[in-house]
Amino acid sequence: MTQQSLGEFEELVLLMVAAQHDEAYGVTILEGLEEKLDKKVNISAVHVALKRMEDKGFVKSRFGGITEDRGGRRKKFYVITALGKKMLDAQYDLRNSIYKQIPKISFG
Amino acid sequence: MLLVYWQLETGNQRMMKSNPPKLALRFFRWFCHPKLCDSIEGDLMELYEERKIKSGKVKADAHFIKDVLLLFRPGIIKPTEGTQTLNTYGMYKSYFKIGWRNLLKNRGFAVINIGGLAVGVTVAILIGLWIFDEVNYDTYHTNYNRISQVLTRETDEDGTGINTSLPYPLALELKANHADNFKHIVVSTFGIREYILSTEDRNFTKTGQFMDAGAPEMLSLKMIHGSYTALNDPNTIILSASTAQTFFGDSNPVNQLMKINNRLDVKVTGVYEDLPKNTTFADLKFLAPFDLWLVDNPWVKEKAINDWSNHFLKVYTEILPSTDFATVAARIKDAERNGVKDIPEQAAQNPEVFLHPMQDWHLYSFKNSVVNPEPSRIVKLVGLIGALVLVLACINLSTARSEVRAKEVGIRKAIGSLRHQLIGQFLSESFLVVILAFVIAFVLVSLLLPWFNDLTAKQIVLPISSTPFWLMILAIVLVTALLAGMYPASYLSSFKPAKALKGVMRAGKGLYSQRRILVVTQFTISITLIICTIIIYNQIQFAQNRPVGYSREGLIMLEMKGNDLKGKYEILSNELKKAGVVSEVSQSMGKITQVWSNNDGWDWQGRDPALTKSFGTLTITPEHGNVIGWQILQGRDFSNNLVSDSSAIVINEAALNYMGITNVVGERMSWTFNDKTYHYEVIGIVKDMVMESPYQPIRPTIFLMKAPNGKPNWVNIKINPAISTQQALIKIEEVLKKVAPTTPFDYKFVDDEYNAKFLAEVRIGKLASLFSSLAIFISCLGLYGMASFIAEQQTKEIGIRKVLGASITNLCALLSKDFVLLVAISCIVAIPIAYYSMAAWLIKFPYRTELSFWIFIVTCLGALMITLLTISFQAIKTAMENPVKSLRSE
Repeated sequence: MTQQSLGEFEELVLLMVAAQHDEAYGVTILEGLEEKLDKKVNISAVHVALKRMEDKGFVKSRFGGITEDRGGRRKKFYVITALGKKMLDAQYDLRNSIYKQIPKISFG
Repeated sequence: MLLVYWQLETGNQRMMKSNPPKLALRFFRWFCHPKLCDSIEGDLMELYEERKIKSGKVKADAHFIKDVLLLFRPGIIKPTEGTQTLNTYGMYKSYFKIGWRNLLKNRGFAVINIGGLAVGVTVAILIGLWIFDEVNYDTYHTNYNRISQVLTRETDEDGTGINTSLPYPLALELKANHADNFKHIVVSTFGIREYILSTEDRNFTKTGQFMDAGAPEMLSLKMIHGSYTALNDPNTIILSASTAQTFFGDSNPVNQLMKINNRLDVKVTGVYEDLPKNTTFADLKFLAPFDLWLVDNPWVKEKAINDWSNHFLKVYTEILPSTDFATVAARIKDAERNGVKDIPEQAAQNPEVFLHPMQDWHLYSFKNSVVNPEPSRIVKLVGLIGALVLVLACINLSTARSEVRAKEVGIRKAIGSLRHQLIGQFLSESFLVVILAFVIAFVLVSLLLPWFNDLTAKQIVLPISSTPFWLMILAIVLVTALLAGMYPASYLSSFKPAKALKGVMRAGKGLYSQRRILVVTQFTISITLIICTIIIYNQIQFAQNRPVGYSREGLIMLEMKGNDLKGKYEILSNELKKAGVVSEVSQSMGKITQVWSNNDGWDWQGRDPALTKSFGTLTITPEHGNVIGWQILQGRDFSNNLVSDSSAIVINEAALNYMGITNVVGERMSWTFNDKTYHYEVIGIVKDMVMESPYQPIRPTIFLMKAPNGKPNWVNIKINPAISTQQALIKIEEVLKKVAPTTPFDYKFVDDEYNAKFLAEVRIGKLASLFSSLAIFISCLGLYGMASFIAEQQTKEIGIRKVLGASITNLCALLSKDFVLLVAISCIVAIPIAYYSMAAWLIKFPYRTELSFWIFIVTCLGALMITLLTISFQAIKTAMENPVKSLRSE
């Protein structure tokens, strides 16, 4: 598990895939990220991240049906895998545990 | 398909459908990993549509392009190898691999195939180089396509005549009134001749010409020293590099002083690179100004300046780049006609001036007033022979391919190979073989080139750095590979897989008959070539066996050039005889092996007025008959002791026959020369002598002691037979040095000169024998390959026959019968072809051999013998085999 790494942007994309469970494909992920981050994200970055994570085994994909507004192309839906979920959990735990160590500091 | 359908559909629905930038989309599709392509493109499309609605098409387009460019990164780009898309690289690799393995498996056949083809290709390349050299004759000169020689065409009742020599007034007329058409008008002496060049301590005979000062520039000589203006001053000379080397070694000869023919003082003003062998001016070893020649020949300015009847010059021109030959020729065509219009005799000949372009000098020269078809015909013929030899070699490659590979074809077809793919496979195999053959051929060509140059008297080098040469080689490789591979490719690929795999594909009837046709073609070509070769040699032999009429042994000739020897003949003759190495000395006009002078104007009693032909008119000294050993048939030879012999003549048999009177000895003959009539008495008739071409009838010739047309200019020396030639030559040179110190001892053997008459035909004969032996060699290779293949196929049959009691002779006959029949058919086809083509060749020799029947018979028997020898090895081997071996496998 230790050799597997998850970049910052990858983590965001993975979170989004997990959040949009079974309905996530390129455009929805892009739009979800843009909405949450409130900044422009490039579709290419999303796809590269998705491909990398698929190679690592964090997500898996399935093809959806053909819809008209996509120029006849199939959607490629991404679902988080157990491994991906474990990775997210580990990441979350890690941050949480460190966060908890922060003494109560007031910047009041 | 889907996309189109969808676009039509939605296009109809929305009527405003527009697409993202095509180029970007295509670029994306090209680089994208095929697994990702579809879904990412869908995302791109979806975003594009959204953006178009939100912010308009322009922005959406820009965004689309940006997205595509950003996607161009590792991870999205498809890898160079191993995707779902197939490329054909692996397939071709396997073709060559299989081809190579097949070659290794049948090493014997492979050696035969590749070796035979390599020989064929070597011949084709050599011939190609030769043709290239012929066609590019004279292209050494930069402006060769604007240079021409001025000639005149005369037409009178005797027909048309072409003059290659021009009268002096015509040259002056061209220079005075037509100079605006030409960049150069170069008047020069008639042809390249031998002159004695000398410095203070050396003298050599060199060939050169006197030409106007524009010559170096017109001929674009490559000047090593000096410039194109080097001949502007009359007392100058420019030397070729080799001449400069002989006289001055490696030092710069410019400003050195020399003499031409021991009397003309000249200063060296330039050195040029020697002209290559494939130029008309190849023998131009020095060049001196025409003005100098005029100084040396004052008679030109005195007599010839207005004499339109004295033809003694050559005129070369270079036309201006702005015009062309036809235009210029039209302007100058009346130049001579205008000059001679007041001289009725010459005006009647209606002389027309025209230009003979340099490009045509070599292959389309004039002979007997028409363009000589011979040189260009030989180029075509040799080209044809080269192509035939190559075709022969290709045929071998085709027939040697066996049906052993039928199974392979069957399997390939069964697992889905298409026919055109199989054709591709077999063609690529033939490429492999052809390329191997070319590599071998290149080695052979570079080894053989010096020898080939020797044989053809050329200076060909392999043009390794020339692109057109390699393009041509590439073209030959392609054509050869296609020729050799087409037939087996189309045949083998036509097998029905089921039959091929079941093994019913034994040598098919169709294949067999096609192979037979190919073998017959091969042998027809080879036998034709052999017959032609034998006939060529026969003709040469026939001419060589012609009675010559004089003896050539130990006879040398020396031209009396230069001042030094003039008037010293008597002294030289006496000194030579005193030295004891010489049995007799004489003088003659021209060489013994030529008829130097011809004149008409002869008359005799009882002459048929129609007999106006010119006679050879040669002045000789009385000893000449003794020197050359001529045979007097009637009357007597000249005598030194009879003063009256100065008006005596001896005629040859041909003259006697031409004159048509029987008792000619003692008759008087008269000769009108330059409006004066001279009278002679015939004292003897001499046997015909072959002085000119050995293939031509003997020219009627008259020998005189004193004649108005000139004096003897050659000394002939008969070496004492008791003394060795080597010793004699040393002695003769010593004597000559004493009598005429500045005359080089530049002798010629009469024997050599005589043999030179056969050079052209001997060369053709050698080439023909080379080609025909190669042709038969290649054909036999093919035959051998085919014989061993068929023997292999018939092993079982032979085994059974043997068990049943057939003898080895029987079996050999069985195996050979087929081939003998094929070669016999080839003979029958080849005989008429050879007969007609050689009859056409022989017709140009008035003195020619008969096409005797034995040549054809002997050749055919020889071809059959070779065939039997070739296949007997295989046949005997198969027939001797123990039948147990061949039958055991079942």
